[in-house]
Amino acid sequence: MVKETDNLIDWLDERLAVKKLVKVLMTEYWVPKNVNFLWAMGALLVTLFSVLFISGIVLLMYYKPDVNLAFDSVNYTIMHEVAYGWLFRNVHAVSASVIFLIMYIHMFVGIYYGSYKSGREMIWISGMLLFFIFSAEAFSGYMLPWGQMSYWAAQVITNLFGGIPIIGDSLVVWIRGNFFVADATLTRFFMLHVVLLPVVIMGIIVLHFYSLRVPHVNNQDGEEVDFDKEAEKYMAGKVKEAKVVPFWPVFLSKDFAVISTFLVFFFYLVFFHYSFALDPINFDPADNMKTPPHIYPEWYFLWSYEVMRGFFFDIGPISAFDVGLIAFGFANVAFLLIPFLDKDKSIRPAHKRPLFKIWYILLIVDLVILTTYGKLPPTGTNAYIGFVAASVFILLFVMLPTITRRDAKTKGEE
Amino acid sequence: MSVDKKRRDFSGMLLGGVALVGGASVGYGVKSAWDPLPSVMSAGFTTVDMSKAKAGKLYVVEWRGKPIFILNKNKSSVEDDKREFTIEGNTYSVMIGLCTHLGCIPAYIEKNKKFKCACHGGEFDSNGMQTFGPPPRPLDIPPFKVNGNIITLGEKGEEYNKLTSKA
Repeated sequence: MVKETDNLIDWLDERLAVKKLVKVLMTEYWVPKNVNFLWAMGALLVTLFSVLFISGIVLLMYYKPDVNLAFDSVNYTIMHEVAYGWLFRNVHAVSASVIFLIMYIHMFVGIYYGSYKSGREMIWISGMLLFFIFSAEAFSGYMLPWGQMSYWAAQVITNLFGGIPIIGDSLVVWIRGNFFVADATLTRFFMLHVVLLPVVIMGIIVLHFYSLRVPHVNNQDGEEVDFDKEAEKYMAGKVKEAKVVPFWPVFLSKDFAVISTFLVFFFYLVFFHYSFALDPINFDPADNMKTPPHIYPEWYFLWSYEVMRGFFFDIGPISAFDVGLIAFGFANVAFLLIPFLDKDKSIRPAHKRPLFKIWYILLIVDLVILTTYGKLPPTGTNAYIGFVAASVFILLFVMLPTITRRDAKTKGEE
Repeated sequence: MSVDKKRRDFSGMLLGGVALVGGASVGYGVKSAWDPLPSVMSAGFTTVDMSKAKAGKLYVVEWRGKPIFILNKNKSSVEDDKREFTIEGNTYSVMIGLCTHLGCIPAYIEKNKKFKCACHGGEFDSNGMQTFGPPPRPLDIPPFKVNGNIITLGEKGEEYNKLTSKA
């Protein structure tokens, strides 16, 4: 029998054990003190995903997934008729772009501090899965306005599957639902964008959070914290002495400060610099008989696109198309493999790993070069710079085991 | 006890069997629903009046949503019998105008008599043979049938079989 209660919280607690739930998820979930603002990227990503979700719902009320109606439903109905429709679209487009920026920062913070290894592999893997599904979500969403960039991005990306041996060509027709990118393609990618992929994303977000519970959050020095002992200190009132703080309200209060600052920057982009997320070419309606003179993906896909494009010549019996495709496949799984390529078991930030630090800087420089050249036409010297940068990218990952083994040895000599 | 165990085995096998058959059926159904519709598969045929293809200029028609390049070579004899054919004294090449790399439409540069794809820099000569960049094979030739000065795209005729025959 439940006890008589005189307030709502107790009433709920009798039935749902809400007090226990809050303890487990919030007030007795411990986070190290020794972290900086870069540890707020996760909360920032949750914020951005919520923004995408809400603005997406509003757009969904007026968007029409039909090749004859889609373009006008976006560019006339939503942009001109719906109250604040333009604002919701800008918010959706800008947050889709910015969420990738924050994802990249989140990833590179993880790489810098070694937060992907020695027990934290599942955090990294579930995070990379989120990155893949978000990429698919971004691609399918990009198709919906049915402009020239939407159309030709869909054409190029679906054609990638043609590189798979034997079944390639029929697979492309199957994915598109037609011999070319057509109405059937639009409606199925609409389904993926608004239902299947968001549901999968939410599921993996839960897994990503859960994967943090056992190994806990890393800290700036890679110090191994005894969370049980430190939590006891904190709860005994030795708040200053303890190396940990509860997730709620202490840790999140810092996250809120970062989120608030970020939102100022975010809305500055939404109101004054939204055009970077809305390509002018996509304001021409889709035309299957005319490729725009120069097409390129959104900025966040440029590096992997350039890795693919870098290989423009045949290597032995393998055609340039397949070499590019293999390189593209490699680029996409390379980051997923980092925990297994890093042979140094100890968790240390990059500035305490002499060779890894150089590797880290080279990787970022290479990604910047790939991103820059990914947007330029692939002709003349551009093609060769692309080739070198793409090769360097692959080499960096091939060399990672050797580099980290060397670092592990040097540490032993200290 | 042993009776219980058998019962559990049975319910386990029942669950496994239903899950397998059900899963396979649902999978097959969903896969089929993703297939191109019958109306799409039986997509029509397009007839082209070849006299509209002016010498040296690229003439583009649409067939099954794809651009078809028709190039009047401005000569009367065939040099490459896998890529060219003659009707009524004119030599033509007919190709699907989608780059064989990732499907962009290459532009025809009349001056150099070549096709250039803006997406990844692939190039083809006027016969549609790849000459530079990532395209893995020449531009595809659509099935066509010649009838006087008219060709029907989508139907396989003698000239098409000659171009595509492996010999």
